[in-house]
Amino acid sequence: MTHAETGVMLPPVEAESGSGVYNEKLGMWVFLASEVMFFTALIGSYIILRFGNPLQWAAPGQILNVPITAINTFLLICSSVTMVKAFAAAQDDDQQWLRTWLLATTLIGATFVGVQVYEYLQLAHHGFLPSGYREGHELAEAAAQGGAYKGGPALPASIALYGATFFTMTGFHGFHVTMGVICLSFVTWKAFQGRYSATDHRGVEVIGLYWHFVDLVWIILFTIVYLI
Amino acid sequence: MDWMLPPAFSTFAPGIDRIYYVILVLTAVAFVIVEAGLLWFAIQYRARPGRKAHYTHGNVTAEIVWTAVPAVTVVILGIMSAPVWNRIKGRDSVPPDAVPVGVRGQQFEWQVTYPGADGQLGSDDDFTVRNQLHVVVNRPTVVRLTAEDVIHSFFVPAFRLKQDAVPGMEINVWFEPTQTGRYELACAELCGLGHYRMRAFVDVHTEEDYQRWLAEQTSNAAQ
Amino acid sequence: MATTAAPFDQATHHAHVDDRSFLRKYLFSTDHKIIGIQFLLMSLLFLALGGTLAMVMRWQLGYPGQAMPGGGILPETMAPGGILLPEFYIALVTMHGTFMVFFAIMPLLVGVFANFLIPLKIGAPDMAFPRINMASFWIAVPAGILMLAGFFVEGGHAGAGWTAYAPLSALPEMTGVSWGQQLWCLSLVILGLSSILGSMNYIATIINMRAPGMTWFRLPLSIWALFITSILVLLAIPILSGAAIMLLFDQVIGTHFFLPAEGGQPLLWQHLFWFFGHPEVYILILPAMGFVSDIIANGSRKPIFGYHSMVFAIIGIGFLGWVVWGHHMFQSGMNPTLGMTFMISTMFIAVPSAIKTFNWMGTMWRGSIQFHVPMLHAIAFVAMFVIGGLSGVFMAATPVDIYIHDTYFIVAHIHYVLFGGSLFALFGAITFWYPKMFGRLMNPFWGKVHFALTFVFYNLVFWPMHELGLKGHMRRIYDPSQYEFLQPLQPMNTFITVSAFLLFAVQIIFALNFILSWFFGAKAGRNPWNDTGLEWSTPSPAPHGNFERTPTVYHAPYEFSHPQVTEDFLPQDRQLEGQSRPAAAPAGH
Repeated sequence: MTHAETGVMLPPVEAESGSGVYNEKLGMWVFLASEVMFFTALIGSYIILRFGNPLQWAAPGQILNVPITAINTFLLICSSVTMVKAFAAAQDDDQQWLRTWLLATTLIGATFVGVQVYEYLQLAHHGFLPSGYREGHELAEAAAQGGAYKGGPALPASIALYGATFFTMTGFHGFHVTMGVICLSFVTWKAFQGRYSATDHRGVEVIGLYWHFVDLVWIILFTIVYLI
Repeated sequence: MDWMLPPAFSTFAPGIDRIYYVILVLTAVAFVIVEAGLLWFAIQYRARPGRKAHYTHGNVTAEIVWTAVPAVTVVILGIMSAPVWNRIKGRDSVPPDAVPVGVRGQQFEWQVTYPGADGQLGSDDDFTVRNQLHVVVNRPTVVRLTAEDVIHSFFVPAFRLKQDAVPGMEINVWFEPTQTGRYELACAELCGLGHYRMRAFVDVHTEEDYQRWLAEQTSNAAQ
Repeated sequence: MATTAAPFDQATHHAHVDDRSFLRKYLFSTDHKIIGIQFLLMSLLFLALGGTLAMVMRWQLGYPGQAMPGGGILPETMAPGGILLPEFYIALVTMHGTFMVFFAIMPLLVGVFANFLIPLKIGAPDMAFPRINMASFWIAVPAGILMLAGFFVEGGHAGAGWTAYAPLSALPEMTGVSWGQQLWCLSLVILGLSSILGSMNYIATIINMRAPGMTWFRLPLSIWALFITSILVLLAIPILSGAAIMLLFDQVIGTHFFLPAEGGQPLLWQHLFWFFGHPEVYILILPAMGFVSDIIANGSRKPIFGYHSMVFAIIGIGFLGWVVWGHHMFQSGMNPTLGMTFMISTMFIAVPSAIKTFNWMGTMWRGSIQFHVPMLHAIAFVAMFVIGGLSGVFMAATPVDIYIHDTYFIVAHIHYVLFGGSLFALFGAITFWYPKMFGRLMNPFWGKVHFALTFVFYNLVFWPMHELGLKGHMRRIYDPSQYEFLQPLQPMNTFITVSAFLLFAVQIIFALNFILSWFFGAKAGRNPWNDTGLEWSTPSPAPHGNFERTPTVYHAPYEFSHPQVTEDFLPQDRQLEGQSRPAAAPAGH
């Protein structure tokens, strides 16, 4: 269904033709460009360090919990779907479904963060830290003993780089998701107050853009960090 | 103000200095054109009663000329520089007969390791001296440059020689001195509070003097 | 954000009576002009601080090992008996660079002038996101406080240079500094957020809020420069943020990004830092070039020569700036083949700067030049920037760089472009737009005195540094007399120090002129410089909301000495007889 944008959801009135979209949307796209560069710095460093020290990485699944994270990934993708639905509801001025879909997105996002936090605690418990092995814990002992581990080859002597890159990339992604959940809560609250209409639902569209970006970054991270 | 380079005593120096002087001449010409031009325009075109400025938005020919000339100039400089750079720093540029010496930068001195009688670094007859690099004139030496703790930089001004020493890396730095004498070695990368006193010496000997020095060192070590 | 009440709409949001409280009007203002002035005051303080740090450094270099007059007030950890310790000297070196780059020059060029000029010069009532703009300033303030705090913590301030190379910067046991280096990282990450939010605002505003008739090729070059600069800020600063975070993690949580002990790479820091760092130096010069273009056209009473070339040169510099970062790393141990590729790209980036230099000269050619204070600074910019640019050619040639890397030749280059270039442009820009900010003019006589003395002493300080470098004088050296080959250069170091003290002292003239003119300066009319920009159609100082009615733009910028008007300037928003509202601007005009 096509929706003709009106009023404030058009570019500013008394101005030269610019981007063709309203200010807030342009602003979010521009901001997301800076976020791309930030994650490029982190991911680029990961790639360089990994190519330089391939032996410092464990095989996929040996240390990280791929199944749980795969489910978490699926959840995050679902939240992007609910976000799209919320935006469509806003365009249709369907307040009921707008609230429902926004609430769903927020809750799924919060769940994602919760699962990640749980994962981090599990990893620390098993002995995987940003600095690498945790002395006296399971992984360090298994590496010292040598021999196959969890159906894969022997663990590397050092996983310092693995730890550093893993926690930094996923940690900052998690931080961005958390910021997104906070903003989503605010937008959801405003929706419950009836502050969005078919003629002005800028906040819904803009947080949606951010949320899809965060989802996209995760898909990339999940692939290159968990699956490879 | 003196734009001349101090004298240098390695086989690298002439190549480097030649490029320097070419650039000096080219930039001096550009400098004079711009500064004299600015001065002349400021005087010639100062506001005076009855004079109006000339209304124009530019000139395409001028744009083309002053784009092309600098572009061609820098391309020429690049072409001149590339072979000189390769000869000095290229990974395959180290002469096969260069005498190896280990130099390890650390806070705040240079540890110099000599290969000893067998000419091999890393063997049992190696010996290490602090802050003294002894080499033979007119013979290439290759420094296997390492760093213990932080980044230092191996700088011998008299040879036009500089290479950062990076922890975790071993970098080959070769040179061939052309005159005997004692030359200063400095650290050229901030490495901590003692950075200013990482002074060492490069002693360039004749073959005989070098052998005499070497014999002294090995006999000292034996004692 | 979104409400059902009347939304932000340029048609209705115009200059009006301002009845906000003092706090909302001056402290927590969302008005881009007030925010610009807030940045101005903050940055000038940091500029003074950065200069003071340099004076202390110069004392040690001019009079090594001697007690500094007044040095007794410094604690024993910095200068017992007034004699500087090497660790304090290194902190000075580090913090002079850090404060000048991040807290003085960058906010002066961008935080001040992007904020102040953009809406005024494009015909908008304010920025696209006024509240985010306010946040941008108030985030910069704690960043500044954190950076200052480093002087007061145990171990003293950061001591790895403004470039913070690892492993030195990552390991407290190597510098003797722990908290200071961590504060350095944290402060820059926070400042980075301020910059990113700011750049987002500037970009969105320029794209979306230009007044009718203000097409892209009618934008003044100051706005083009600020636009490209903002894109550089947007894309480069996050790289620094990422790198600083990784460095902070190496310092405090035991990671090894840059530490070889567990496979980390010191060179990775350099690549990240300079990938940010090179666009950063273009951030530090492009706005200055933009201001200089506006001022030279005004002073010459002529259109800018080659406006389109100037625009493409700005874009070219912005683009090429991304592919030259390795020229800071020629001697780093990086693959020498990369040295060749970076040399080529670096050589090429000289070309757009050359184009600009010749176009500024072309603007003055056959002009009717008025030597007002901003014009003096703008001409000096061209004269000094060209020296800095030409010295860069020596470094771009990799074999020559082997010799001059990390010597005072580099220091000379940096200061010719940053002081001779950016700072002179800033003196000119502050003087030029002062009446629009404060409604008064700075005193022109004292402005000329300040200019002349600064110009002389500045050259006496930095020109000899070329020679120091050519003689092999290394950077960041606490006591050059340790080396025999540097001992003959001591008189030159002392000469530079004395000149530097005089240079610093002369800046008091500017400070007094700035402060006193605010209260006692001659009142300014709308357009004291007879300029063509849209900002000069507003009262001085410009009111909240800027324009009584949204302006309509009919002309290119810089229509000075236009044949169809009797005055020697034609404002962009003045309709000529027979001219209709612009549908599409004819090519170039």
